[in-house]
Amino acid sequence: MAETPLPDHRQPWYRRWAGIPGEWRRRWRGMDARQRFQTGLVLRVLLLVFLIWVSWPLALFVAALMVIQYGTPYLPRRLAPYSRFLTPTVVLIVVILYPLYFASLAPMNILGDYPILGTMVVMGVYAMMAVGLNIVVGYAGLLDLGYVAFYAMGAYTCAWFASVQFANHKFHFGAIGVGSNTPGIHISVWILLLLAGLLTALVGIVIGLPTLRLRGDYLAIVTLGFGEILPQVARNGDNLAGFNLTNGPNGITPIDPPGIGNLNFLTGSGSFWTSERLYFWGVLALVAITIFSSLRLRDSRLGRAWIAIREDETAAAAMGVPLMRTKTWAYATGAFFGGVAGAYFASFKQSTFPGDFSFNISAFILSMVILGGMGNVWGVVFGAGFLAFLNQQGLADIGHWINDTFGTNLDVPKYQFGIYGLIIVLTMLIRPEGLIPSARRKAELHEGVHDTPLYDARHDAA
Amino acid sequence: MSSNGDILVARQVRKEFGGLVATNDVDFKIPRGSVVSLIGPNGAGKTTFFNMLTGVYKPTAGQIVFDGEDVTGKPPHAITERGIGRTFQNIRLFQNMTALENVMVGMHARLRGGIVGSIIRTPRIRREEAGARDRGRELLEYCGLRRTDDEIARNLSYGDQRRLEVARALATQPKLILLDEPTAGMNPQETAEFTAFVEKLRTEEGLTVLLIEHDMRVVMGVSDRVTVLDYGEKIAEGTPDEVQKNSRVIEAYLGKQAVEGGGVGGS
Repeated sequence: MAETPLPDHRQPWYRRWAGIPGEWRRRWRGMDARQRFQTGLVLRVLLLVFLIWVSWPLALFVAALMVIQYGTPYLPRRLAPYSRFLTPTVVLIVVILYPLYFASLAPMNILGDYPILGTMVVMGVYAMMAVGLNIVVGYAGLLDLGYVAFYAMGAYTCAWFASVQFANHKFHFGAIGVGSNTPGIHISVWILLLLAGLLTALVGIVIGLPTLRLRGDYLAIVTLGFGEILPQVARNGDNLAGFNLTNGPNGITPIDPPGIGNLNFLTGSGSFWTSERLYFWGVLALVAITIFSSLRLRDSRLGRAWIAIREDETAAAAMGVPLMRTKTWAYATGAFFGGVAGAYFASFKQSTFPGDFSFNISAFILSMVILGGMGNVWGVVFGAGFLAFLNQQGLADIGHWINDTFGTNLDVPKYQFGIYGLIIVLTMLIRPEGLIPSARRKAELHEGVHDTPLYDARHDAA
Repeated sequence: MSSNGDILVARQVRKEFGGLVATNDVDFKIPRGSVVSLIGPNGAGKTTFFNMLTGVYKPTAGQIVFDGEDVTGKPPHAITERGIGRTFQNIRLFQNMTALENVMVGMHARLRGGIVGSIIRTPRIRREEAGARDRGRELLEYCGLRRTDDEIARNLSYGDQRRLEVARALATQPKLILLDEPTAGMNPQETAEFTAFVEKLRTEEGLTVLLIEHDMRVVMGVSDRVTVLDYGEKIAEGTPDEVQKNSRVIEAYLGKQAVEGGGVGGS
């Protein structure tokens, strides 16, 4: 006689769906607010202990943020309205001064050295792209698997108008460090950032108009297609009806650096204004603007409409939200930030190649959004910074640590995409709302406290 | 103003899903400032008809004129903008937004803020947003939702969710409001309150109301006119009293036997 299998909730934890993480989640759901607060406190202390072992300055920074988080309710009422500026101010000060003190920080355990400034620039660029993608995916709920197309568009816009690509034209406007006899179009990179953003937004609208009528998986597949098409155009764009648009697989290089007045970002000036610092502060300003815009948009008429569309398209339309127009705006805004980031990155690398824009990048940026917490700008910035850091430096250092500790001989960075995949799978299992979730997403992905007893009762009774 | 004082006129409206005729050439009028009810057994095509009025479905044939303008086949947001607000039979709030945010989404078509303006937050946008927030609070209060402004919609009680749906529909500043089974799941006390509320909407706000309803006490108590649908056909129309006595209506609701036997029973 065949044994009837036990229902899932009666299985021991190792047989249940999702195993240990599932068990933890189930316990967490069963807690009331007070127990959750206490558990949160214990987990934070454990995190701090771990971070002190990794590196005490990092632990100090995180501890300061936690103190702010727990301390703001106790501020005098007079100061309460300003409490929301506290965290951003502290973070901003710590990050702005980073170039001045990071060299004196001792290496971290496991993670190795603190990110060098070049890494920080890449982290910042990815943070911008992730925040842009977050508008599309996190706010409006449109899954975009081809975000790299916008990055490519931004990079090539910058390349066209700040290099010798179009050598038979000669047009100079505000470019720094370019000889007056140099052929080609050379426009100030700062203007190009805006231009790249606008052009990319336009591309976003052109791609969006036919595709955004699709829903869910179908939209994802079409965006995936566009993400492949644009780099292919770049690859084969050296002979478009006899016209060399993208210089094909050889890419466009060199691209002019940005500059302020006589200060050239590439050469720097003196021992204080070094090239790396300038690029770092430049990207920092851009990231700050991106975050600011993203937050303002979230709390605007348009942001509400995006979230409403994600929650229930039909109801949103019935409330007077024009679906196509609103979705297209989300797409265009996301594209804008992607374009600006791409243009700055191209100027930083001084080059752009079709090979830079593989599907991996789209998936990588999406991973940042998921890891950090869809819909929450701060989470997304953290996710982007962390993954980009791993990509640039962290994985190699972790590899060294593993090899030294266990006497193995692994080439960890070789497995990078496997590792990112694992991180995403673990995130989805343990904390599907991301590391720093938005309140909304959290509510969405976990049933509320009220639902739990009902759910259990129904199943236990069966 | 339309010539005959009807705010909404539907002519020969027909909707087919494949071979199934959901509404069959229905003629329908809503006089301005009245409360009209649409009743019928389950599956009679009431909600389909609603969905055509609000643009969710496009009619297979026929014409819908709202406030003197042909709105047949226009997208939902365009129809909402012209002044038809609606609620849903199965509550469709934006579950993870606060009550106030829900209402403010309803004002979308009445606000102007664009992308750049919202980022810079110009004085005009500031004023607009502050005004919208105040108006949202007033609306919530008006619909009987007190101190729930910042509560997430999913955490509201069932009755409050129904009220929030109405508040959200009112936020679109409608001339005609369509309520799809608004008292479903309410207790008699709440139902009575709601009936009074509908009356208030008409008298105080000057709204025209179209109601789909199963609770006959509500229908007979509040409506000026009642239209009965069955199998997609309009089988009766008139004042509540007339409809109550109509033999085809009784037949549709209670079966043929009941009419022939002269009453309920004999099951």
